[in-house]
Amino acid sequence: MTDLSQNAARRAIKTRWMLLAPALIILAFAASGPLLITLVYSFLTPGDYGGVVWDFSTDAWFNVFLQRDIFDDTLGWSDAHLSIFWRSVKLSLLTTLACLVFGFPTAYFIATRPKQHRDLWMLLIIIPFWTNLLIRTFAILELIRNEGTINTILIALGIIDEPIQMLFTEFSIILGMVYVYLPLMVLPIYASMERLDFRLVEAGYDLYATRFQVLRRVILPLVKPGVIAGSILVFVPSLGAYVTPRVMGGGNQLMIGNLIELQFGQGRNWPLGAALSITLLAIVMVALLAYVRVAGKEEVQHG
Amino acid sequence: MTKAIKAQSLRKVYNGNPPVEALGSVDIEIEDNEFFTLLGPSGCGKTTLLRLIAGFEHPTSGRLEMFGEPLQDLPPYKRQINTVFQNYALFPHMTVAENIGFGMEMLGKPKSEIKATVDEMMDLVQMSEMADRQTSQISGGQQQRVALARALAPRPRILLLDEPLSALDFKLRKSMQLELKRLQTETGITFIFVTHDQEEALTMSDRIAVMSNGAIRQIGGPRDIYDHPADRFVADFIGDTNFLDADVVGKDGDLTALRLTSGKTITASAHDDATGRVTLAVRPEHAQLATSDEGLLTGQLREVVYFGTDTHLHVDLGDGTTFVLRQQNSPDMPANATAGSTVGITFPPAAAQVLRD
Amino acid sequence: MAKRAFDIRRQTGFTGIAIACFLMLYMPIILLVVYSFNAGTSIAIWEGFSWRWYASAWENDLVQEATIRSLIIAFWASALSTSVAVLAALATTRTRSFKGQTAVFAVIHQPLMVPEIVTAVALLIFFAMIKVATGYNGLAYLIIAHSAFCIPFAYLPIRARLQGMDLTLEQAAADLYATPFQVFRRVTLPQLWPGILAGAMLAFVISLDDVVITEFVKSAGQDTLPTYMLGQLRRVVTPEINAISTALLGISVTMVIAYTLLSKVRN
Repeated sequence: MTDLSQNAARRAIKTRWMLLAPALIILAFAASGPLLITLVYSFLTPGDYGGVVWDFSTDAWFNVFLQRDIFDDTLGWSDAHLSIFWRSVKLSLLTTLACLVFGFPTAYFIATRPKQHRDLWMLLIIIPFWTNLLIRTFAILELIRNEGTINTILIALGIIDEPIQMLFTEFSIILGMVYVYLPLMVLPIYASMERLDFRLVEAGYDLYATRFQVLRRVILPLVKPGVIAGSILVFVPSLGAYVTPRVMGGGNQLMIGNLIELQFGQGRNWPLGAALSITLLAIVMVALLAYVRVAGKEEVQHG
Repeated sequence: MTKAIKAQSLRKVYNGNPPVEALGSVDIEIEDNEFFTLLGPSGCGKTTLLRLIAGFEHPTSGRLEMFGEPLQDLPPYKRQINTVFQNYALFPHMTVAENIGFGMEMLGKPKSEIKATVDEMMDLVQMSEMADRQTSQISGGQQQRVALARALAPRPRILLLDEPLSALDFKLRKSMQLELKRLQTETGITFIFVTHDQEEALTMSDRIAVMSNGAIRQIGGPRDIYDHPADRFVADFIGDTNFLDADVVGKDGDLTALRLTSGKTITASAHDDATGRVTLAVRPEHAQLATSDEGLLTGQLREVVYFGTDTHLHVDLGDGTTFVLRQQNSPDMPANATAGSTVGITFPPAAAQVLRD
Repeated sequence: MAKRAFDIRRQTGFTGIAIACFLMLYMPIILLVVYSFNAGTSIAIWEGFSWRWYASAWENDLVQEATIRSLIIAFWASALSTSVAVLAALATTRTRSFKGQTAVFAVIHQPLMVPEIVTAVALLIFFAMIKVATGYNGLAYLIIAHSAFCIPFAYLPIRARLQGMDLTLEQAAADLYATPFQVFRRVTLPQLWPGILAGAMLAFVISLDDVVITEFVKSAGQDTLPTYMLGQLRRVVTPEINAISTALLGISVTMVIAYTLLSKVRN
């Protein structure tokens, strides 16, 4: 006898894919597909005026980290690229750390507000997050540029004679990224913190722990998944940042994103740009996989 | 006469690892115009059977007919069957009247007819003043009535009720039981009622199907099921029962002679193939205390538990089993038995039922 | 004097840092808004209140064109991404796990995971090929690119709404003779509506705010408001930029607050 429920199941599968088709087509056309083509481009030869020549070549991948000396043809590390990669990682780590230092107490502060006020405090965190990244970067820029608010005030007060050069430094990039990505740190930490049972904190004090010991031995271990999630959520976009280093770094302090753009502009080396993009994507994917594992674990713990 | 519902070898297996057989080859016939109850513990397959009839699930195999017409290929919206859902499933974005009229609207009935029927239905379930309320603004009992009216309004040939009373409090449940029975009699619609509450089933049903593990254990009227449970599961699930071991020693027409563990012999009704060691079921209220000489069984009275309407006497039969008797209390009844004394137990032959294994 | 009761929730310095944090988040934005009303040309020295920069932005043809372009793209991208997201959410919610599920989720969420610069470069490469092949240079590239990265933002609130919906309501409708289409129109859609609206608004804001992908995909003369602003940053900055920013901020904040309220709508 035929399985009647199987016919129904087949029909359901067909319906499902028909419903999914429009979204998948758009995404294939303007997200996944182009990514595959980028991968292909990374194995081609650059054209003279941008674009590519369809000749297979591994030069682009070779040039991601290495370079051939122009004079004696010896192989060496590509110092220019390595220093940009190193700056990207360094600035992203510092940004993550700064976000943690500011974000953790903020999340804690919100989680310890009366229940009916917490949503409002969170809204205050979320609003900047959904407002234009460029505008927020620009707002910070106005604050710290030589003729900006801070320098103007300090000069007016007679504390300094010459404006302090804050813009176009690594500091200004970090400041910009912290400002832009801070909500990404607060959100997951708050999510963990809100579920924290404060009777455990009471138990900690009951068993003679000091405030700091309660923080370190009771609160931190319990909200660790949120801290890790927040750190990765800040680290990943920092690593791929393009607008903030462009505006705050002023072309002197390149990060990977700017290096990639350069290959499509003045560099006219599309395959290298493609290879750098895929490299960045690979690093980000590793970080995201780590995040998925942490998030999965957290779900099990609280499930 | 054609049956309201006829199921043949109806089987439902849920895919998964491992696959779950929710219903294993069930045969059932439900008469037109009857109040039929599917009774069983959770996971017995009663809700699956109901959902197969409603069309929310597709059978893995088997046949399903409604008044002689094959049903298994019809989607739910083409079946003249309506459901009262366990959580009522009232549409939160519609008023009471809109909810009740929804089915007829979908059937494309003219507005005037819808209005008339909605009014009539709200009258029937005594909800007339609530027509324009949102469903979130009425109480649980009222939601229950609206759900009922909504399912009855399109005049289905069969009404399915999936534990509709389980969310109500005790008193409301009692009055709704009588109300449901009244509605069924008045409308003449076949009701198929799913419940795990044996008392609910016994009060309302014309016939009951007791289910467990995806199979039907017994179908019969309430008295039939209670007084003559077919097997140990039914006897155990419906009411309280004492189980006794006995040996078949002879047959005399419809009656079978059985020897109890006490050595005494009784006669009882039994199925035809009962031989050797069998299990006997005796309801607590069908047994009486007697002197130890008169008793079919003797034992030591261990506990006397007072329950208000009746008293439960726990008698240790000495072979590791305890026999429970239930005595109706009355003001003039002497406290005749005290814990620790040796007592006898008797019961009439009709009270003893030989069970299938 | 009585000692203050021991507050178990207190951690030394946390409140101070939190308040500093909120100040840090809002101070620059507030200054930005304040100086958009500056009568002078400085973004640091206050010379009195004036609407002049709003007027000058309003009269600037480039700003006007960019604004209209931004709104057109955001409108189409949000309409397109929300429509397909509704269908996708219907297909992937409230079902048992299905074959290819992980791949489907990966594709839908891809714009959230892949760094924007990588997507931007990929689109630059791909659309350059098509531009050469077809000779078409219109807005469609931007609309389709925006639609793609808006899909997950539209999809998530709709999916959340669907998951919170009671499946038996749809069964009840089918039981009451509603065909699958009637079930969708009369029961699913009315309940899904807040989710759809929320998703559409989120998509609109995300599209309106995009810089990176637009910067790489746009053809010559296709500046949106954000890419126009990015271009202007290289020049002498006047409060005109503040005025444009303030207007954009106003739209975003309104939409986010509306979105928050909508996602709280319960049955």
